Amino acid sequence: MSLLKIEDLTVEFPTRRQLFTAVNHANLSVKPGEIHGLVGESGAGKSTIGAAVMGLLERPGRIASGEIKLGGEQISGLDAEDMRGLRGKKISMIFQDPLTSLNPLFTVREQLTETILTHIGGSDADANNRARDLIDRVGIPDPDTRLDQYPHQFSGGMRQRVVIALALCTEPDVIIADEPTTALDVSVQAQILDLIKELARERQVGVILITHDMGVIADTTDRVTVMYDGKVVESGLTAQVMGQPKHEYTKSLIAAVPRPTLKLHRFPQISYGGRETRFAIDDMARHWPTVDNDSSKPVFEIRNLSKQFLLKRGLLPWDRTYFTAVDDVSFDIQAGEVFGLVGESGSGKSTVARMIAGLYPVDGGTIKFNGQLVSDLSNKAVQEEYRRQIQMIFQDPYSSLNPRMRVDEIVAEPIRHHRLMEGKEINRRVDELLDQVGLGAEAGLKYPHEFSGGQRQRISIARALATQPRFLICDEPTSALDVSIQAQILNILKDLQEYLGLTILFISHDLPVVRQMCDRVAVMKQGRMVEIQDTDDLFANPHTEYARELLRLMPKLDDLSTDGLGLES
Amino acid sequence: MTETVETPQTAPNSRFAKFWDGDFAWSFRHSPVALVASLVVVVLVLAAIFAPLIAPYNPFDPATLNLMNGFTPPGTPNAFTQETFLLGTDDQGRDVFSTILYGLRISLFVGTAAVVLAMIIGVILGLVAAYYGGWIETFIMRVADVQLTFPAILVAMLIFGIAKGVTPPEYRNEMAIYVLIIAIALSDWVQFARVVRGAALVEKNKEYVQAARLIGRGSLPIMFRHILPNVLSPVLVIATISLALAIIAEATLSFLGVGAPPTQPSLGTLIRIGQGFLFSGEWWILFFPACTLLALALSVNLLGDWLRDALNPKLR
Repeated sequence: MSLLKIEDLTVEFPTRRQLFTAVNHANLSVKPGEIHGLVGESGAGKSTIGAAVMGLLERPGRIASGEIKLGGEQISGLDAEDMRGLRGKKISMIFQDPLTSLNPLFTVREQLTETILTHIGGSDADANNRARDLIDRVGIPDPDTRLDQYPHQFSGGMRQRVVIALALCTEPDVIIADEPTTALDVSVQAQILDLIKELARERQVGVILITHDMGVIADTTDRVTVMYDGKVVESGLTAQVMGQPKHEYTKSLIAAVPRPTLKLHRFPQISYGGRETRFAIDDMARHWPTVDNDSSKPVFEIRNLSKQFLLKRGLLPWDRTYFTAVDDVSFDIQAGEVFGLVGESGSGKSTVARMIAGLYPVDGGTIKFNGQLVSDLSNKAVQEEYRRQIQMIFQDPYSSLNPRMRVDEIVAEPIRHHRLMEGKEINRRVDELLDQVGLGAEAGLKYPHEFSGGQRQRISIARALATQPRFLICDEPTSALDVSIQAQILNILKDLQEYLGLTILFISHDLPVVRQMCDRVAVMKQGRMVEIQDTDDLFANPHTEYARELLRLMPKLDDLSTDGLGLES
Repeated sequence: MTETVETPQTAPNSRFAKFWDGDFAWSFRHSPVALVASLVVVVLVLAAIFAPLIAPYNPFDPATLNLMNGFTPPGTPNAFTQETFLLGTDDQGRDVFSTILYGLRISLFVGTAAVVLAMIIGVILGLVAAYYGGWIETFIMRVADVQLTFPAILVAMLIFGIAKGVTPPEYRNEMAIYVLIIAIALSDWVQFARVVRGAALVEKNKEYVQAARLIGRGSLPIMFRHILPNVLSPVLVIATISLALAIIAEATLSFLGVGAPPTQPSLGTLIRIGQGFLFSGEWWILFFPACTLLALALSVNLLGDWLRDALNPKLR
């Protein structure tokens, strides 16, 4: 007997120009105690299903056909009053961002008891006891003190535990978790997923887990529904769907997931829906200045690097407080290698990259590029030449391109600034670059908002390559992208390294990606460098406890199919 | 979904067609308030521009005035000269309709020029404050804060008074208009600076600014080529609403007798002249200029409100 049943659901958003069908005749059912994964790339309509079940569809969205039944009773089409009685009581929700889903002005106790009293009633003392039990149950130590604290006094993971407690406090039948761990570090992600798993079993709650992460699906769910472009393309037991995917799209999705275990030459791209775009590395390599990558001398010598950020301003030096983001970090990067920098958020990896890029001044230590000191930002002549040699690809493709500049202006800016070419030659070069990254010269006449995330990241790559640099810094270049797009972008980066001989500093928190991309990896923790090893050695035989812990928490994808997907090392 | 789906109608080809088909123009076409307000503004601006062609008399030319025509009620022939005036005449026999048209010119010119000047000062100071930070930011924003504690009209009067003191008397009437512009602009730059600083602080930390720094671009190109275009939409909204306020400020100053001189009356001067006769029966001298001012300020303000909503999708 299924708890929640979605039958033939179609959700439409009428807009000014056309009718947009976000969910197209979708079916889905959840049993008590079952975790049902809903996976797909951005825009697939998975979150819209969640919103439809909660009765939280944003206007002008509407359920055009189909039914949603909770325990045999139809809940779609209920009026706002009846829906409010259900929402929060029978169905509750866990959101992605634990920071914004708790009210910062109330203590955890107040938020929990308010919800309990609203939906269940009873005395204040009962509600208090219940709140305490829940906080204890979701694994927050010292519940009596923690209950009276405010959300900002909790870490991200602890806050998400509070959100889970809040979702559970009315004993709902169904919980909808929309990307519950996307904003969290890997180590915390694993704990939260385990907790959700445990609680679903224990309380016989049906959970719909919405995610884009195949690793999370494989680890956590019992059943999975794969969505593409509003339609359900495949549904079944997780082990079965992951092990023997039937639909082409599922296959391409699974193939694109970076494997932590075997290293591949390139990410397999089984394209679906015509999303593959050419990347003309050969054209590019023909015009690229050849440089011998002398492996005996490192490109970068980084010694005793440190950086402090001012936390509290003060007129007098002893009134100021500092936060040490990077603490005495030293390493070399060899010519032509992909050097990985991994660590959890706040470990200082991005700060190191920004100091190398010259975006942050260095507080202590030195950076030498080809034997020349480049960490002194006041030496303008050295800086100018250095800036031509290094470029950076940023994490967020939505904010790394100026929305008010046309794409051809964006790509031409570095060429113009360094006066590498003049007049018509610049236009030709820009067209060529856009063509080579697979967008076509006509893309230059558009503005960034007319492109998707993956296409924008290609524009970023075109801009980065405009000055023909020797060194590329990639700061989480794919963490904002869907897996299939991620595979394309990572392949481009690999091509750049292999054919053009670029040296790449690759920063990521995603260990399987690092495993695929990097020759050597440095692990950072709280501003310090914990371990540097060749990638294969690190994954096979980590020296430090912290690296071992990180590897242990990495989502395992043992169940994933490798047959017939073209995966060879 | 970011992909745009082919529209059934023929694809817009020219720039204007693209704009007309865009969301911005659509929201304009579907807002009755915006349509009416812009119609009023366009009519008033055209009337002001073509005042010499439309106006039956030139109120700035004392030679054409006949004191016998004074206090003629609207639409009725004067008792002595038998001349008829559409909206009547004031105490000196000036045709109120013509005076309104010429006054509108001065009001619009002073208002627009003051807002443009305030915008230039405010945008530059706001950008500099946000980009450089530190003591420069503290200094600029503190000055702004201090100025905000005085009512704008008081600041404008102060500046006007100082300017009047230092200019030689023979130039005073000619200078009056320009002094008025500077006075209003200097009392109005603060809100531009604040809005630009706030928006620029957000933009400054976006990755495209870092990308520009990485290329090696200097502070000025980054501020004006990268950040400025991205903070312009709130500036545009403030500018429109400020225009209404600047027109009213000009009218207030003129009403208080420190603005446009009586020989070149703006709407405010006319209202000041009219209020002296309000209770003696000659209501039209005050009534018609006041209505014009109201229509102008209200329309510009409503346009500003609409612009704010249209440019900020969150409010929809």
